[in-house]
Amino acid sequence: MRTLYQFHGGIHPPTNKTQSNHTPIKQASLPSKLVIPLHQHVGSSAKPIVEAGQRVLKGELIGAPDGHLSSAVHAPTSGTISAIDMQIVAHPSGIPDLCITLIPDGLDEWIHREPCDDWCALSHTELRHRLRQAGVVGLGGAVFPSDVKLYSHKHKIKTLVLNGAECEPYITCDDLLMRERATEILQGAQIMRALLYAEEVLIGIEDNKPEAIAAMRAAVTEGCHERMEVVAVPTIYPGGGAKQLIRVLTGIEVAAGVRSTNLGVQCFNVATAYSAWRAIGHSEPLISRIVTITGNVGHPQNFEALIGTPMDELVAQAQPLPGTTGYIMGGPMMGVLMPSMQVGVIKATNCIIAAAKNLFPAPAPALPCIRCTRCAEVCPSELQPQELYWFSKAKNLDKAEDYHLFDCIECGACSYVCPSNIPLVQYYRFAKSEIWAQEASQKAADAARERHEFRESRIEREKREKAEKLAAKEKAAIEARALRAETPQAVVSSARPDADPENTMQLKIQLAIDHAKEQAAAIKPKNTEQLTPQQLAEIADIEARRARVREIAKDVTHIDGHS
Amino acid sequence: MSGFFSPFITKPVSVSQIMLHVLLALIPGIALYVWFFGPAILVSLTLASITALGVEALMLKIQNKQIAPTLKDNTALLTAWLLALSIPPLAPWWLVVVGTAFAISISKHLYGGLGNNPFNPAMIGYAVLIISFPVHMTHWLTPHGLGDVSLSFLEQLNYIFQGVLPDGIKLDAITMATPLDTLKTQLHLNGHVQEILDMPIYGRLAGQGSEWVAAGFLLGGVYLIAQRIISWHIPLAYLGTLFAVAGLFHLIDPAHYVTPVFHLFSGAAMLGAFFILTDPVTSPTTPRGRLIFAASAALLTYLIRAFGGFPDGMAFATLLMNICVPLIDAYTQPKVFGKKKGQS
Repeated sequence: MRTLYQFHGGIHPPTNKTQSNHTPIKQASLPSKLVIPLHQHVGSSAKPIVEAGQRVLKGELIGAPDGHLSSAVHAPTSGTISAIDMQIVAHPSGIPDLCITLIPDGLDEWIHREPCDDWCALSHTELRHRLRQAGVVGLGGAVFPSDVKLYSHKHKIKTLVLNGAECEPYITCDDLLMRERATEILQGAQIMRALLYAEEVLIGIEDNKPEAIAAMRAAVTEGCHERMEVVAVPTIYPGGGAKQLIRVLTGIEVAAGVRSTNLGVQCFNVATAYSAWRAIGHSEPLISRIVTITGNVGHPQNFEALIGTPMDELVAQAQPLPGTTGYIMGGPMMGVLMPSMQVGVIKATNCIIAAAKNLFPAPAPALPCIRCTRCAEVCPSELQPQELYWFSKAKNLDKAEDYHLFDCIECGACSYVCPSNIPLVQYYRFAKSEIWAQEASQKAADAARERHEFRESRIEREKREKAEKLAAKEKAAIEARALRAETPQAVVSSARPDADPENTMQLKIQLAIDHAKEQAAAIKPKNTEQLTPQQLAEIADIEARRARVREIAKDVTHIDGHS
Repeated sequence: MSGFFSPFITKPVSVSQIMLHVLLALIPGIALYVWFFGPAILVSLTLASITALGVEALMLKIQNKQIAPTLKDNTALLTAWLLALSIPPLAPWWLVVVGTAFAISISKHLYGGLGNNPFNPAMIGYAVLIISFPVHMTHWLTPHGLGDVSLSFLEQLNYIFQGVLPDGIKLDAITMATPLDTLKTQLHLNGHVQEILDMPIYGRLAGQGSEWVAAGFLLGGVYLIAQRIISWHIPLAYLGTLFAVAGLFHLIDPAHYVTPVFHLFSGAAMLGAFFILTDPVTSPTTPRGRLIFAASAALLTYLIRAFGGFPDGMAFATLLMNICVPLIDAYTQPKVFGKKKGQS
């Protein structure tokens, strides 16, 4: 029996999973159109590589990854591209994003695929490349490109954690996937394990999913997978958070801002492992996923839905009931309200809850915080949410950061238990976005200041260089004059090869000026020139005497020097 | 629709329900109070409750705040009950009214209302009364069977509202000093602890009757911990420290320092440990902070009781420690996930 660890806090909201987990996964019918956003993952948007009017086949690349952290987007079925334009996507902001609209032709005609029987023969680089080209991203909600996470050196990663906890209420897509496709999940896990050189694989599943646990255990036994264990973990929200599950299974706490790989662990959702296997083993890109349709519907169940399926068309297949006020994508704890019921299913869509007043009654008005610290008691990050609330409310953002605002995983447990009905997570989201905005404007200001300072220093440098050049020129001119008095050639030669052209030019001008001056001076005869032969003889006589005197003086100095 | 942002569900426990639990937990103590001292306490409780709700409504109206949601939160009622339980039941009606009005208006609403008051409002009300009207605050009822005479409920009402006693009965005949007060006075008169405790006003553990009321509050307090309405930190640290300090003095000099159990079951120790110090608004939020806060309050309580000018020190200890709460919180912030000692 494996020792399990606990994380602090957590809550036990009604799970509401039994509504949707009794029927097998159903293939969703082909929708009238597919609206496929090019930005469904963490990182930069995919680049559209098709044109409106073009016919595409199922699985054909329509958006190519752009940059290291990016992912590919494919046509989920065969049909015609009807538009590439801005549309409202599955994001609560309602801000339109670039989407490719595909009208299915009903043929569902696959592109040529090359299933791979022996992936072990492929290099790790090739495997990663294929995952990237297949658009495999984290399906637990983070949608982080998987190829980027599957990078490791030998002996660095001990444990690969497969997350099948599914702690959010209502959601059962991973539960059903594990029940029905356990073998393929494990094959994906083997690929991941190989890429990470991980020693062991731990598959964490909350103990409220006994069927999934049994199916996965059976698959492990059947596949004779070494050092791979299915671990039933206690049902507690947010036990399916990556950090929490890693903690429960290994005892390791991955702090905010720390990569789990540096602590020897990497974590993937079970659905991601499944997609990785489909991509490598079957050469099938990520064009569909399991989506739980639940809430205000007559027949809650899981569908395998094509990416881009309009949500209302999908919900229509689960006998929607009247009174639905909107769709929540994800669970009731961390899900987001959709800006429209027509937005397309994306890779992150694990669940669509048709919300209605009877399911999610309006909260009572918020009362003041009474510092009861029920929030702190349930916080899995061991924060003091009440402090963060005060600091966020007062926009005391530095303090909020000091009190570890960015360690908050926004699980919503604090808001859930707050007796004053304070939407705490909203305050933290607000504070975080304020800090990001401040950082961005600070960055912009810094960049502007740097530009300004650079310009100032450039102007300063240019001035200084000018002055230095001038000084150098003057010095050079003086030296040149001095040299020219003895050996004019030397001056010219010294100024030639190593001096910059500007300097040489200046020097030449200077020399020319000097020369002209000398010529002008030469016009006036000096008293030592134009002498008569007699005068010259006298001078020679005087010079001879001077030389003699110099000789004598020299000897005297010589003797003195020895005395 | 619960709102536009997650989480879309909440646990159905409100401030109002929490406070209701606390009020319910006071009932065993109050029932025993009535049993031993008669129903006069119910009059003070009612008076205080009416005053608290009235003053709260008035303060909210003045501030243009919504009245109904706040009145329904039961916090004003709790303040009223805690104050009423700290005042002698035979105190004149206006004493209860003045104390409660002060507690709600000045120490709660002028500081920003629910959640923003740095001091426990009930204890502020008590402090104001004991300083302003010390004589009225000493007229505690003698438990049944101890006094020479006892008043009927009607006669008690007459006294509370009109200050009129039946002919021939003097106030001293029906009231007494508290067991803690008597102890203090007698010790000053060079009494020996053992002799003093032989006086009829003392029972098995502490004061006759009042020890049972304290036991009632203990019962209610245990209920609150069991219901996870309050955490164990403050009551345990408070009672534990009070026991330890009192025990230490008692061991050194049993003739002058009563047993630690006497301290636990006297005065406002039990009420304070479970119902007053645990007021979330005015106590620290961190577990370590709560231990420091309650232990310090216990130490102060003991020092005031044993060496100070007042017979009981609960109220002042609470208020003094209330001042320290922001500091305690700031210095006792726990380490967060993944950032504890020995972790990267």
